[in-house]
Amino acid sequence: MVNYIVRRLMGMVPVLIGITLITFFVIHLSPGKPTRLQAEMSPKISLEAREKLDRLYGLDKPVHVQYWEWVKRLSAMDLGKSFVDERPVSEKIGERIPITIAINVLSLIMIFLVAVPIGITSAVREGSEYDRISTVFVFIGFAMPTFWLALLLMSLFGVNLGWLPVSGIKSIDFEDYNLVEKIFDLIRHLALPVFVSAFAGLAGISRYMRASMLEILNKDFVRTARAKGLPEKQVIYKHALRNALLPIVTIIGLSVPGLIGGSVIFESIYAIPGMGKLFYDSVMARDYPVIMGVLFIGAVLTLIGNLIADVMYAYADPRIRMSGR
Amino acid sequence: MFKKISRLTGIFFLILLWGHAPAGHTSQEVCSPAGDASQPLVAQPQYGDAIVTASIGDASTLIPILASDSSSAEICGLVYNGLVRYDKDLNLEGELAESWEIKEGGLVIIFHLRKNVKWHDGKPFTARDVEFTYLKLIDPDVKTPYSGDFERVKSLEVIDDYTVKVDYKEPFSPGLSSWGMGIMPKHLLENEDLGNTRYSRNPIGTGPYRFKEWKTGEKIVLVSNPDYYEGRPFINRYIYRIIPDQATTFLELQTQGVDQVGLIPLQYSRQTDTPFFKKYYRKYKYPSFGYSYMGFNLKDPKFSDGRVRLALDHAINKEEIISGVLLGLGRVSTGPFTPESWACNKDVRPVPYDPIKARALLKEAGWEDHDGNGILDKDGQEFRFTIMTNQGNDTRKTTAEIIQRRLRDIGVAAEVRIIEWATFLSEFIDKGKFEAVIMGWNLSRDPDCYDIWHSSKTRPGEFNFIGYKNEEVDKLLLEGRREYDRDIRRQIYNRINRLIFDDHPCIFLYVPDALPIVHARFRGIEPAPAGIGYNFIKWYVPTGEQRYTRW
Repeated sequence: MVNYIVRRLMGMVPVLIGITLITFFVIHLSPGKPTRLQAEMSPKISLEAREKLDRLYGLDKPVHVQYWEWVKRLSAMDLGKSFVDERPVSEKIGERIPITIAINVLSLIMIFLVAVPIGITSAVREGSEYDRISTVFVFIGFAMPTFWLALLLMSLFGVNLGWLPVSGIKSIDFEDYNLVEKIFDLIRHLALPVFVSAFAGLAGISRYMRASMLEILNKDFVRTARAKGLPEKQVIYKHALRNALLPIVTIIGLSVPGLIGGSVIFESIYAIPGMGKLFYDSVMARDYPVIMGVLFIGAVLTLIGNLIADVMYAYADPRIRMSGR
Repeated sequence: MFKKISRLTGIFFLILLWGHAPAGHTSQEVCSPAGDASQPLVAQPQYGDAIVTASIGDASTLIPILASDSSSAEICGLVYNGLVRYDKDLNLEGELAESWEIKEGGLVIIFHLRKNVKWHDGKPFTARDVEFTYLKLIDPDVKTPYSGDFERVKSLEVIDDYTVKVDYKEPFSPGLSSWGMGIMPKHLLENEDLGNTRYSRNPIGTGPYRFKEWKTGEKIVLVSNPDYYEGRPFINRYIYRIIPDQATTFLELQTQGVDQVGLIPLQYSRQTDTPFFKKYYRKYKYPSFGYSYMGFNLKDPKFSDGRVRLALDHAINKEEIISGVLLGLGRVSTGPFTPESWACNKDVRPVPYDPIKARALLKEAGWEDHDGNGILDKDGQEFRFTIMTNQGNDTRKTTAEIIQRRLRDIGVAAEVRIIEWATFLSEFIDKGKFEAVIMGWNLSRDPDCYDIWHSSKTRPGEFNFIGYKNEEVDKLLLEGRREYDRDIRRQIYNRINRLIFDDHPCIFLYVPDALPIVHARFRGIEPAPAGIGYNFIKWYVPTGEQRYTRW
């Protein structure tokens, strides 16, 4: 097992170098310079001043030299400093990652709590009225644009009913609240964003679950279990479900980049200072160090997520672990 | 099958109902009492309450000489003071400088500073701070975009703790207003790297508000400065919330979650006309300090003939654009100055909409529809060009579409191309690869527009990218920035206004209105040519109406 993990970790290094190399060059190829954007279009900011900025940021050097400097800094665990406000990239990412991860983990939990039962039950009652209704419901969620749903819910619960705050993550007087009030305030603020981000993800997972459950239910061992007279409940939840959950594990691995990438759309709409917004803003400002920082961390986490999924697979299924020997 | 469909329609019907609900509901909320301008004015302003402002973007740094985006500049404006500032009628007045003298024909400015001003940490403000700020502005290692105006200073001399003498290399009248730059505390920043100091997120200034906290991407909170030299501001807290989405901001307005925000024309004229908004908010309207235009690439042979440019000006109905795009909330632009500016030549009249005259002028210039396909041609070349503008600005996009339609009427085929802002600037504007563009200028209060119109400013990345050249204008632009006398400057800039307008280097389209909305509980707001923000420290909320009382 350890051997397997080590082998996989070694394999990640060239992949990572490839990812950073390509992203670095692609980003620098895209037209527009950070210094030009910083100065907006103000006639008070002269060309000479902007050229000076280029020099100070090292943007006048060839791209491969800039990449080499970036790698050198990275090897010392330094992601560099943002062009926009000169703050260390790690600090900028660090202050935004908790909220994005919190929302995504909550919505993942919500997705699994709702999508897995929907998937199982509709697989068990394939073709029934219930299966058809849940399919329609799930696909409405899939088809509905996130921003639209978000605005509708804000309008309903925030403006019309007045039950929840419209946007933000904390009330203005949050610092003066006691602990209970603080927790309650956070729940009220997070309710809509978590629901919205979960709603869209529901469709995919429940369909995966349904398909994988259907496949398993047709397997021989399920028939055997039924034949030996086990109650249907035990057949489904003990024998079939365990096996059907395996592919879902892969999907958890794949949702890791989403955890740090966040979602620009609902973060913008709900005014949540998360990673998605940071990434979007840094792309628009051509803030190369921040873009690279986010992408690098995203790449590392994706690879780790894949690794964890594979390890879990290997643990569950000895054939995978043995084949490499 | 039918069952399924009816269920589906049921769901959609529900969704539609939600969508319509806000308008119906707001009328119910009106019954609760709140501030109204019809109530008798409280004679004595009261301290207290907070104002919540919404902004689409976060600030980047609170070091004034590095702050280039509008959010940073807005916060810096409350935390720091300059030596001078513009008053409500857009005349320069002293801020940290009590007075100033201009000597030797404009070569020397002597500032006499206020003696009772303290930094937020209690240390006195002196001439050393002014010198320090100047030295940082011209320091080649400081990443400031504002060095341009200060490179013209020959030397700056501290005469005593409260007197500063500035020598210019040559007279430079816009230089006086450049001293509106926020002055930084020498005793704190002297040994700091300005780009990388904790004070950039924890600023200490002399201004009416003190910095309290900054939650990145969420909010910036300022609290009133009890020792402010003009007196403590009445509103205790200033909360700058970052709400990136305009629709969200508008929903926040409907729950009174934000107190002050700039509206777009559609919101101003249609969506805020409800009893709810009339009860709880006050809207204001005044011309903004900028204009939108359609600029031609004057190096393009199609546009080198002045008659062609005038013809296109005649073909475009500016009033129609203002009523269609801005819903009437703007006015026709008549040159490089806004109508409120003293530099604006009131005798310049907009070119009237006259497609017949436009066609005649084009014919005179040799453009006629020889092959009868509806598009004018000359020497076998059809009159086609592309109007470019940047993505994310719907006003400009719609303007371009209206222009396209009007040009079509006179037989000119224009295409509209929308490009992402960064790419637009670096690949098309800077490289001169465009035929026509729709853009806007935000102007400074001083009329000096040398960088936009002088023929020397046409290198890639400079601002006269349309390639305008007029020797008399060049000469006048130089004279205008050497002269301090307002009456002489007025004559110079009026003449510049006339000359540029008559050359039609671009089609001056409109000056949009600024459309702020403020919660009705705030009193003491007096709209003036400078807008409403100039007397912010005098705004107040009567005790009974204050919303945010715990702090």
